[in-house]
Amino acid sequence: MNATKAATPRRRMAAPQAIFSTVFKARESGIVLALILLIAFTATRNSRFLSAQSIRDILLGTAILAVLAVGQAIVMITRNIDLSVGSVLGLSAFAVGSLLRDNQGVPVIVALLAGLVLGGACGVLNGVLVRFGQVPALGTLYALRGVNYLWAGGQQINADRLPESFLDFGNQAILGVPWLVLIGLVVLAVATIVLRGYRAGRELYAMGSSPQAAELAGIKVSRNTIAAFLVSGALAGLAGVLFAARFGTIDAAAGTGYELNVVAAAVVGGVAVFGGSGTVWGASLGALLLTVIGSCLAVLDINQFWQQAIVGALILLAIGADRLVASRVARALRKRDSHV
Amino acid sequence: MMRQNPGPAPLLEVRDVSKSFGAVAAVAGVSFPLYAGEAHALVGENGAGKSTIVKMLAGVHRPDTGTLVLDGAPVDFGSPAEARAAGIAVIYQEPTLFPDLSVAENIVMGRHPRGRLGMIDRAAVRAEAEGLFSRLGVRIDVERPARGLSIADQQIVEIAKALGADARLLIMDEPTAALSLVEVERLFTVAGTLREEGAAIMFISHRFEEITALCQRVTVMRDGRHVSTDPIDDLTVEEMVRRMVGRDLDALFPKQEVEPGAVVLEVEGLARQGVFRDISFSVRAGEIVALAGLVGSGRSEVVQAVFGVDERDAGSVRLKGKRLRAGSPRAAMAAGMALVPEDRRQQGLLMDLSIERNVNLPRSGALARLGFLFGGGERREARRWTERLRTRYGRLSDAVGTLSGGNQQKVVLAKWLATDPRVLIVDEPTRGIDVGTKAEVHRLMSALAAEGVAVLMVSSELPEVLGMADRVLIMREGRIVAEIPRAEATEDSVMFAAMGQEAAA
Ligand SMILES: Nc1ncnc2c1ncn2[C@@H]1O[C@H](COP(=O)(O)OP(=O)(O)OP(=O)(O)O)[C@@H](O)[C@H]1O
Ligand SMILES: [Mg+2]
Repeated sequence: MNATKAATPRRRMAAPQAIFSTVFKARESGIVLALILLIAFTATRNSRFLSAQSIRDILLGTAILAVLAVGQAIVMITRNIDLSVGSVLGLSAFAVGSLLRDNQGVPVIVALLAGLVLGGACGVLNGVLVRFGQVPALGTLYALRGVNYLWAGGQQINADRLPESFLDFGNQAILGVPWLVLIGLVVLAVATIVLRGYRAGRELYAMGSSPQAAELAGIKVSRNTIAAFLVSGALAGLAGVLFAARFGTIDAAAGTGYELNVVAAAVVGGVAVFGGSGTVWGASLGALLLTVIGSCLAVLDINQFWQQAIVGALILLAIGADRLVASRVARALRKRDSHV
Repeated sequence: MMRQNPGPAPLLEVRDVSKSFGAVAAVAGVSFPLYAGEAHALVGENGAGKSTIVKMLAGVHRPDTGTLVLDGAPVDFGSPAEARAAGIAVIYQEPTLFPDLSVAENIVMGRHPRGRLGMIDRAAVRAEAEGLFSRLGVRIDVERPARGLSIADQQIVEIAKALGADARLLIMDEPTAALSLVEVERLFTVAGTLREEGAAIMFISHRFEEITALCQRVTVMRDGRHVSTDPIDDLTVEEMVRRMVGRDLDALFPKQEVEPGAVVLEVEGLARQGVFRDISFSVRAGEIVALAGLVGSGRSEVVQAVFGVDERDAGSVRLKGKRLRAGSPRAAMAAGMALVPEDRRQQGLLMDLSIERNVNLPRSGALARLGFLFGGGERREARRWTERLRTRYGRLSDAVGTLSGGNQQKVVLAKWLATDPRVLIVDEPTRGIDVGTKAEVHRLMSALAAEGVAVLMVSSELPEVLGMADRVLIMREGRIVAEIPRAEATEDSVMFAAMGQEAAA
């Protein structure tokens, strides 16, 4: 029955789509370009920057940040924000560190699950508070950090007290791919599939795109919001275990300030602050960019302060670019005839 | 409880329901039945409580008192999801699309067809959307995002969304407001088929010809209360209107004859690639010029470009001989131009702000020139205009978002009328506005023209065009194809020009 339709030339419909894929590509290729320039520049200044060790450090750092950014992207797509991820990471790192210190025989997989469960519980709490309690997102950031300080006090867990197998997990590779990177890739792949291919994922986009319409469409907005926070919390908990395995040294301040980097990674990677659009893949690319920037600054011996300033500037730049692009696209879409 | 003369039991019965918002009793003790296989019209003035009833049936609001009875058993919908599960599909008065998602995905949201491993079957999503559009006889690209769709297309997508739900009760709250005749006919054919298949339909509209064409029964509401429910054949349109308004209405189009003055608005060679071209016309002081044509012929786009909301590729716009800067609504407003846009929700109102704030928005620059805004002046001005348009509200300080759809339209009109313009451009002046107020809007436009304002009006309603316009410009496919003076403008001449060869064929 669509014979006539199929025969209709598609010339007019191509336009908005073309605009969309261009925008998409512009963002990704912008990040890639920035990466190339940054790496090239830093490498000419300091050849150690491209050593195997340095590249491995960047990849491990990216893996942890990307796991967090994937969770953050999922929350931001629903037009929310999870500012507790740094605190959850710290809490999970310390909790799992203590567990392993006191029970040397615990296998790595159990440590990972423990981090996921603890983080997930924090995420649910967070989601319930945000959805029903009208608690500002900052509240849980400080509350959880406070718990961590109370518990850890001045203690520090050192690498020599942790099981060998756990530290190996944090620093070794399987088939040339570090375990942490592998985990990051799995998280990214699963999240991509769920967000693109499952009802639950599409509902998250719908909720962020128009919360009122989502409610009217019969989407269970509260349940989904809490689920998104659960995932973000669980991933932050997982990231805490990865953090502990990689660094081996954990105190009450672990992960402080991470939330800014995570939000920046997501926003720079094209996740809209006002919800409804963006991909976890973009957020991960953003995580890579931020990690490389941090590493370059360290290699170039530039003050830590600048790193914060650059992250802040990047967020503003990305939001500004989003605004600009969004209004351009809206205009372009309005201009075109929608009929095929 | 046995009835003496049992007809078929209603599919759904509204029994003595009431709903108040604060001090406003939106619905008070309303009862009526909805039968399977029947289309039921709900009519009433703006703010009568029609949409509030819809929202109770849809699970958005819970009735304060009274019950909804579905298949003979009372139901209590706690959320839209529950009403959907019970087989109720709703086209809401306000568009409820997801701008970031594709048109196809908007249509299937919440009930995506699934395939392997429970994953969404993209091909099936696409096919379903295209199938619905072909039933409605429209062609909309289903892969494009919903953002930027014209109002008419948004409404079509809403209709497709509701049709796709395969509902036992289909509720349509002013679904036709932005549609052209052809599209309305298609919708009615599809609705008629659904009805014959045994679905119940509830239909809300301010256009009586649509109500008589589609519906078998009609319920009249006034001020939140039930007035009557009758078979449509037992009721004349005049009687319906009398019951709605509670009084007899005066003549519908009181157009004053005005001797046109000097040319005020001059548009020359206006063009935008792929949308319209070669647009030249002028409007004199005291004249009402209508821009007619089918939906999608480029009328709204032209007036948006004249006002400067949209860019233009070529051409000039002069107001009293002074050339206006392209793409600057600010410049147009400063020169004395006002545009009441088609998309009032998106472009016309700030939903969270109060009524008085919204009415005074375009002028707050002028009012604030003394250094601060006078609350009293603002209120007086807002009251004057909203009263002239018979706007129904609780307090002027209420948020505009809480008004009924038609009353929101009135606030947008009030807002631009209050700017005291020299050129007034109105896109669909009476869309969504009830019969009683329609005449008032026309009287106001006519009075403004008599005061020397140049009025340019885009309208899809032929009676309005024929009744109000001194001259009719007819657009087809982005060009002005005919100009018909008042004396020669008839339904046939205007439609013929608007349809072009199609009508000849
Ligand atoms: N959420 C709300 N908060 C406060 N008042 C409301 C709300 N929703 C509706 N009302 C009020 O209830 C009354 C009935 O509104 P409703 O939307 O049902 O009217 P309607 O018959 O659909 O009118 P229209 O023809 O203009 O669409 C109005 O006075 C309106 O201001
Ligand atoms: Mg209404």
